[in-house]
Amino acid sequence: MHFEYHVESGDFINAGSTSSAVKKTLKQLNVDSSIIKRTVVALYEAEVNIVAHAYKGTIYVDIDQEAITIRLVDEGPGIPDIDKAMEMGYSTASPSVREMGFGAGMGLPNIKNNTDRMSITSKVGVGTTVEIYNKLQ
Amino acid sequence: MKTKEETFYHALEFRKDLCMGCSHCMMKCPTQAIRVIDGKAELNPNRCIDCGECFRTCPYGAISVKQDDFEKIYNYKYRIALMPSVFTAQFPDKVTYPEIYKALLSIGFTHVYETENSVDCLVKPYNEYIAKSEEKPVISSFCPAIVRLIQVRFPTLVDNIMLIKPPMDATAMYIKKIFEDKGIPFSEVGIFYITPCAAKIAGIKSPATDEESLISGVINMDYLYNRIYREIKQNSFGKDSDEENFVQMSKQSLYWSLTTGEVRIVDTPHKMAIDQINNVIEFLEKVENESIEDIDFLELRACYQSCAGGVLCAGNKFMTTDRANKRARRTSPNSVENVDWEKYADYIESNCLLTGKVEPRSIVKLDDNMVEAMKKMKRINEINNLLPQVDCGICGSPSCQSLAEDIVQNNADMKKCIFVQKILQQNDKLGLPESIDLMKQTWGVGKLDKNLVHEIRDEIEVDKP
Repeated sequence: MHFEYHVESGDFINAGSTSSAVKKTLKQLNVDSSIIKRTVVALYEAEVNIVAHAYKGTIYVDIDQEAITIRLVDEGPGIPDIDKAMEMGYSTASPSVREMGFGAGMGLPNIKNNTDRMSITSKVGVGTTVEIYNKLQ
Repeated sequence: MKTKEETFYHALEFRKDLCMGCSHCMMKCPTQAIRVIDGKAELNPNRCIDCGECFRTCPYGAISVKQDDFEKIYNYKYRIALMPSVFTAQFPDKVTYPEIYKALLSIGFTHVYETENSVDCLVKPYNEYIAKSEEKPVISSFCPAIVRLIQVRFPTLVDNIMLIKPPMDATAMYIKKIFEDKGIPFSEVGIFYITPCAAKIAGIKSPATDEESLISGVINMDYLYNRIYREIKQNSFGKDSDEENFVQMSKQSLYWSLTTGEVRIVDTPHKMAIDQINNVIEFLEKVENESIEDIDFLELRACYQSCAGGVLCAGNKFMTTDRANKRARRTSPNSVENVDWEKYADYIESNCLLTGKVEPRSIVKLDDNMVEAMKKMKRINEINNLLPQVDCGICGSPSCQSLAEDIVQNNADMKKCIFVQKILQQNDKLGLPESIDLMKQTWGVGKLDKNLVHEIRDEIEVDKP
């Protein structure tokens, strides 16, 4: 099954709507609750990253009986140093974003901790693609 | 052997003789547990969480709450009324607590205990539980409708449910102990809970964990309100008694069943209280998405104004809350000292954990088998895309999405949709008689009686020039 969701930059009010929709689907498919939790946490973090940092983005979700694969493709500033961004606590978020409770520098490490596989590719000035993969069984 | 689903008890009873098939309940049900079939509302017991929203909304009084026969109290030598504090708060100010107490004895009870008597002893276990729990937020198990809601709609959160006995069960345990310590066998003691709602009854008759309830029977609060009020009117019990004989609870006990009653006793600053079932659902969606952080404890209640707004409460929910608040304000915090209570505190504290586990009973999953579930999901989406998204309920399901699910789960026919019927009729794919039959299957014969045409014609004057 394939789903696509669009994410608007700066729309913190609706940040999380994709994770909510994916959660609903996984519940209907009777996926184990611990896998649902992990997937939703990872996706939510990645979704908020687009809202906070990118200009716009699309989330592609593919589900088969083996696994869920999510590709979050954004047009945005890109990440100059991915290794550094993966460090716990590292953040480039502006004070106004932090005030809203986002941008604590836990995002990327948290995604990694909640996925079986995760990869990031990024080009400065163009955008970032995050791919998350979780087994469903 | 019975499966868990088959033994799932509901106190809500749909009376076919009074049901008009108006579908108000179907549209209000937060778990989409109701369908209209043959002109009558029907409840799906696996989906129902006993919140009572259907009871609240029914314009025809066709939904009742099953209670135990009052005479059942006489099966016991010692007949205990276990009374939530919102009961006394229903009465107008001119009715005093001693009068209510005496009336309860006068109609047949031998002892009266207030449900929240055990609250002071739950404070420590509550805080210890929250501190050591790994699943945050800890969600209170006080409201049985909420526990059931989580089981059926938020199965990923079942491990967040706090496994501590609510005051009703903790106090029942305390009463049992008092009698046993006096050498009275518990078989001679009948504890009858005066319930403000259907959910508490369901929680007693089929508890969420394996632990059996000590409560022998349930009396509906609206029934007892009438009976007690009449008893007071017809007797002169005297208002002169010292109120302190009756007011034996601490402030925190008296606030307990009102909204924020539980968060008051919780030490952590990261706590919230939410009431009303739809508010709770909206919030739990967020909790489930993990988009809400740093909350250690959630007090969730199905009714607006918590138990003061219970479906079986006779009084106005705001008046009840106000009166309960006034009583709590009058009470000195130390008033528990006049009960022989403290010697039982250790007993309650060390026995208030619920044994067993709350199991998920998901109504959201489309099939146990994931491949089948995917096929069903695909079909549901295809069918739903063809439906008008009006959510009119004419098909007998509460929404287009529900109809699509019912069709795929083999419980409905797509032709039940009135819009689908009209599309087919325009193409000569459905005859008028078949269309009428389909409507009758959902709404019964009466609403579609052919002979009503004469009266209708008079009203709309179709034949007049």
